Order: sequence, then structure tokens, then C-alpha cells
Amino acid sequence: MYAQMVDTGVRSVKGQAEMTTEERAFQARIDADIRIEPKDWMPEAYRRTLIRQVSQHAHSEIVGMLPEGNWVTRAPSLKRKAILMAKIQDEAGHGLYLYSAAETLGITRDQMVADLHSGKAKYSSIFNYPTLSWADIGAIGWLVDGAAIMNQIPLCRCSFGPYARAMVRICKEESFHQRQGYDIMLSLSRGTAEQKAMAQDALNRWWWPSLMMFGPPDAESVHSAQSAAWKIKILSNDELRQRFVDQTVPQADYLGITMPDPDLQWNPERNHYEFGAIDWSEFMEVLKGNGPCNRDRLATRVKAWDDGAWVRDAAMAHAAKRASRQQVA
Amino acid sequence: MANEWPLWEVFIRSQHGLAHKHVGSLHAADPEMAIRNARDVYTRRNEGVSIWAVRSSDVVASSPGDKEALFEPANSKIYRHPTFFPMPEEVKHL
Amino acid sequence: MGAGIDTAVDTATDAEMDNERRLFDYLLRLGDSPLVLAQRLGEWVGKGPIIEEDLALTNVGLDLIGQARLWLSFAGEVEARYAGKRRDEDQLAFLRDSGEFRNLLLVEQPNGNYGDTTARQFLFDAWHLLVLRALADSADPRVAEIAVKGAKEVAYHVERSGDWIIRLGDGTDESHAKMQAAIDGLWMYTGEMFRADATELALVDAGVAADVRALEAPWRQTVEALLAEATIAVPASGFMQGGRGRGGKQGVHTEHLGHLLAEMQFLPRAYPGARW
Repeated sequence: MYAQMVDTGVRSVKGQAEMTTEERAFQARIDADIRIEPKDWMPEAYRRTLIRQVSQHAHSEIVGMLPEGNWVTRAPSLKRKAILMAKIQDEAGHGLYLYSAAETLGITRDQMVADLHSGKAKYSSIFNYPTLSWADIGAIGWLVDGAAIMNQIPLCRCSFGPYARAMVRICKEESFHQRQGYDIMLSLSRGTAEQKAMAQDALNRWWWPSLMMFGPPDAESVHSAQSAAWKIKILSNDELRQRFVDQTVPQADYLGITMPDPDLQWNPERNHYEFGAIDWSEFMEVLKGNGPCNRDRLATRVKAWDDGAWVRDAAMAHAAKRASRQQVA
Repeated sequence: MANEWPLWEVFIRSQHGLAHKHVGSLHAADPEMAIRNARDVYTRRNEGVSIWAVRSSDVVASSPGDKEALFEPANSKIYRHPTFFPMPEEVKHL
Repeated sequence: MGAGIDTAVDTATDAEMDNERRLFDYLLRLGDSPLVLAQRLGEWVGKGPIIEEDLALTNVGLDLIGQARLWLSFAGEVEARYAGKRRDEDQLAFLRDSGEFRNLLLVEQPNGNYGDTTARQFLFDAWHLLVLRALADSADPRVAEIAVKGAKEVAYHVERSGDWIIRLGDGTDESHAKMQAAIDGLWMYTGEMFRADATELALVDAGVAADVRALEAPWRQTVEALLAEATIAVPASGFMQGGRGRGGKQGVHTEHLGHLLAEMQFLPRAYPGARW
């Protein structure tokens, strides 16, 4: 899940009686599954929440390029290098689609970037973990993209038109991402003893952070009710997390690697896997900025942006020069 | 910040002969860059054979408040739709 | 049947074997430059000046990797025709040392700032397009086929990089200064692009290789016209690196290539024989 714990700015969901006429009409449209478009009337809290959610999602795509970019120059074959570059390029595209969707809500991309760089806006906690071996590239595709897709498919039906349309495009393009990750894991698990160990080590490090991607347990999610009423959050954190575990455990079995969770077991009555307790204190620390890579990731983004300022300015200056020459001619 | 590249709307015509379709937006400093960026951003999977890029600020849009005035009259002109005219089954190619 | 093939190999003349050796070397020259440049572009991933540029630059890198793979795969096939070994694209890319690389010195130069990267790209693209177009008429059908495919991609590369030279050259004072410095700094690596050694000349005579000596004039025409539009001064043709048959095409590189390869080749070197 690329957008975690999005603040809705409201303390409780309003009942019909508390709503203004406009709010009631707005909620009725959402309840009838009619998409909200940028120029339609919307409650200010809805607009602000969406800006937070969509921009956070966009930032996650852009920051998410860095842990994988860490291995582009060291990919072990030309084919893997090309696939990885194409995948990271897709993520740049997805960031761009999402920034564009947020821009329809009346915020500029520059403002969103400034908010990311100042620490005001967040991105997914998962990208604050390091990619230490090539197997991590496999694990990210398999687990992180797997978790993201699980969250993003329902969002194709969300209430805000531009966000839903961006999600449709993203889901279409992303179908190969998870597969390429699993394909890397497959090669490693069929490889040498060292490669198998590499795959196991990557799973050990990425499993729990992947489960944390879905956000805190439903009972502790303050803003979920409002987001659900607005249909910008379709399924609950725990629901998605359970689906993810159920889907992923057999895939790990097939690879012949072991989930780093001694409590993991199939419950035939519930028809689900039971899994051990998630260490939410780690999650909170990463959110606070104390993950292994928070500082590096943000510093890299800020440097790229600052280093590019003269390039962006030059392009604008040149465009202005050309426009004025055309007017003279 | 005042120097942000302007926003462009991108329209792409696919190979199937359909009209240009809005696919999304992007930032570009000038028209050539808008077309090239559109090619690199929105046709990575052979999506199109022709690109239009329009400055977002140049798009004139209807406002949602006018929806009734603009679109409801069309609802009463169902004769514009071919299914309005039932044809005898024996008559072909119509 | 097998005996027939053996006979053919046995009776292959030394001259024919020499031609195959030269072709192998030439294919490395064609493949190593896009490979090394793509590796450099890979260093930019996620760090471009704006997302749109990140996407565009990666597209160029992807095209170049694709071309490198075609040339190197073919090189491996050619080598197998005269040597007792068969190397695939990855063995050629990841298990040769810098002295065996045949890329141009220009493409191994570090990324520097975005102006340096753009200048390196444009100077190479303009040359690359001329070479690939000339190779479309190669007497070797495989060479011609790969060149035709590549030329379509590179025609776009040179337009894109050329546009950026103009924007940065004729942009702000700062960008103008940076672009001029970038062109000045890289100019001395352009000389070897138009020098042909005995390996290349023999293949030119056979109608297989492009005669780069004939490409200097059209290259200068393209580059000078574009630099003029970009308000960038053409550097005075001074000393050129890679002369006296001791350039990238002969495997004599700058210090930068060794570091680039150390990074690129790390995994296959650290885990010999592993499949990825």
C-alpha cells in the first residue's frame, strides 16, 4: 500500500442530519457510484484528503525508484538490466500519472515536491529499507509490488475520477512488475546454494515490512471510516493484509524458502493463514524518520531536484526566448 | 517555484483508427518537448501512432453547473440514435 | 554430413579466418559503445532533473541496451565460427576486462552534470546515426539488419539530445556556460570516431564496415549547425585522444572504464557460473 495512514482531517463521519444540502448531494453521488470529477463541488476535507493520499502515493512511486535504482548498474545480465530499467521507468510514469491526478485538485507538482522535501508529505515506509543484495530486487517485485497491486486494484473503483483512471492505467502496466520479481526469486531458488541463501535472506528482511505496508490494524485506524465513506479506501487494512498473506505463503513454499514467522500456520476453519504479531513499534519508528534509509532517500531526492534546477530554468528561459522571437517575426 | 514547466494535456490516436483520446497530462517547457515527453511517457507500450498535446490552460471546458442546459436537451432527441427506427426484419443492410 | 562440415572448416583459408576475427572485433566495437553508454545512463535512473526527463533518458538507455545485446549476440556467433568457444551476450558483457572492450572513449566519460550527459549523448548520437545508416548497406545481411533497426531508434535519440543542447546552450547564462564547458571538455574524445585502423579498413574493403573517415564531414556539418543554433562555440580542433591506434577501439581506455566495469560486472564475477 503506497498511501498509509492518510489523515482525513475529520474526527468522525458526519451523519445525514449534520450534513449541508451540498454535502448530502455529494455523498448521495458517491453512494450511487457516480464518479466525482475535478470541477464538481466537493467538501474541502475530501479535496485535502485526496491531495494528501494521491500525492503520498505519487511520492512513493518516485522515492520507490531509488532502492531498485541502487541495482540497475549491477544487474547480473543484460536482460535483467533492461527489465529492471523498464520497471523503474514505469514507476516514474506512475508517479507522473498520480501527480497529474492530484494537480486536478488545485495543487501544483512543484508544491507537492516541496512538501515531500520539507518532510511535510510522506511516502510509503517500505522504501526506507535498504536493498543489500540482488535478491532484494526480486523480493521487492514479488512482495512489495504484490502488496501494492492488492491495494491498487480496488482503487480503480474509487470515487475520484482522475485517481481511478490513473489507477486503471497503473494496474494495467504493473501486471509485469510482480512477475519479474517472482521470476528473479525463481532463478535464485533454482541456483547455487549461495543464491538460495540470498533469496532466503531477502525474504527474511522484506516479509515483515511488506505486511506493515498495509498500515496499522483496523481497530487503530483513525481515518479509515471517513475514507471508506468517501470511497477513496475500498478495503480495510486487515482485509488486504490477510489476502496478501494467503496469496503469498504458497508462493514462498513453491520457491522452497521459509517465511520468517514461527507462528505462521494454516487455519482450516477460518480458511486463512494465521500469522504472528507485527512489531508496530518498528513501523512507527520508520514513519518518524528512523528507518535505515529515511535520510538517504530524502537527501537523494532533494539533491536530484536541486541539481536539476538550472536545467528546468534553462528550458523555461529558452521557451520564453523563442516565444518572443516568434512574436517579433 | 514560479518557474514550473506548464502542464499539457495529451491525446493519443491508437492504431485502430479511433479518434484521439485523452490519456493524461505532463509538464513540458515548449511544444516540441511536450510531444517528445508524451511519446516517452504515454506510448511506452506501442499505444499510439499520433499525439496531440494541448496546453492545459488553453482547454475550454464546460462547467458542471451547465450540465443540465448543455446535455439534457440531447436526452429528448432520441431520434438521433439509430435504434429509434425499428426496421422490418426482412430489410437488410440498414 | 558432419564430415562435410569438418572438411569445410579444415579448408577455410587463413584469409577467411582473419576476416571472421576482424568481424568479431568490429561487432564488439558496434556493441560496446551502446552498452557502456547505457550503463552510464543507468546511473541517472531516479535522479533526473524532472520525472519526464527520467522517463525519456531511460528510453534511450533501453534502446541502447537492446542494440548492444543484438551486436554482442552476433559477435558471439561469429567468434564460434573460428574459435573453439561460444560466448553469449552476457559472457561478453560481464567477463571481459577493460582491455578487451572496444567502445569509444567518449561514452565511458562520467555523467557529470546534466549538460555533460547531454553533450556526450548528442556528440555520440550524431555519429551513431551516420554509422548505422551507412551500415544499412553492409554486405553482411545480419549487420545491415541490426543497423536498420537501431537507426530508427537513434534518429529519435539525436533529435532529443540536439533539442536539449539548444535549450541549455540558449537558455540561461548559467546553462550556457555549463553547456559550453561540457562540449569543450568532451571534444577531444570525438577524434577517434573518424579514425579507421587496419581491422576496420579491411572490413570497409569487404563492404561490411562503415567507412568512418567519410562520416567526419557530415558529422561536423550536423554538429556545427546545431551548436550554432545553441549559441555554443565549436571548439578549436586541437589535440584528440585515442590517436596512433591507441584508443577505445583498440582497447586502450581512460581510467573511468575500469570502475564502470567493476560495478557492472560485480555479480557474475563474484559468483562464477551462477545463472540469474
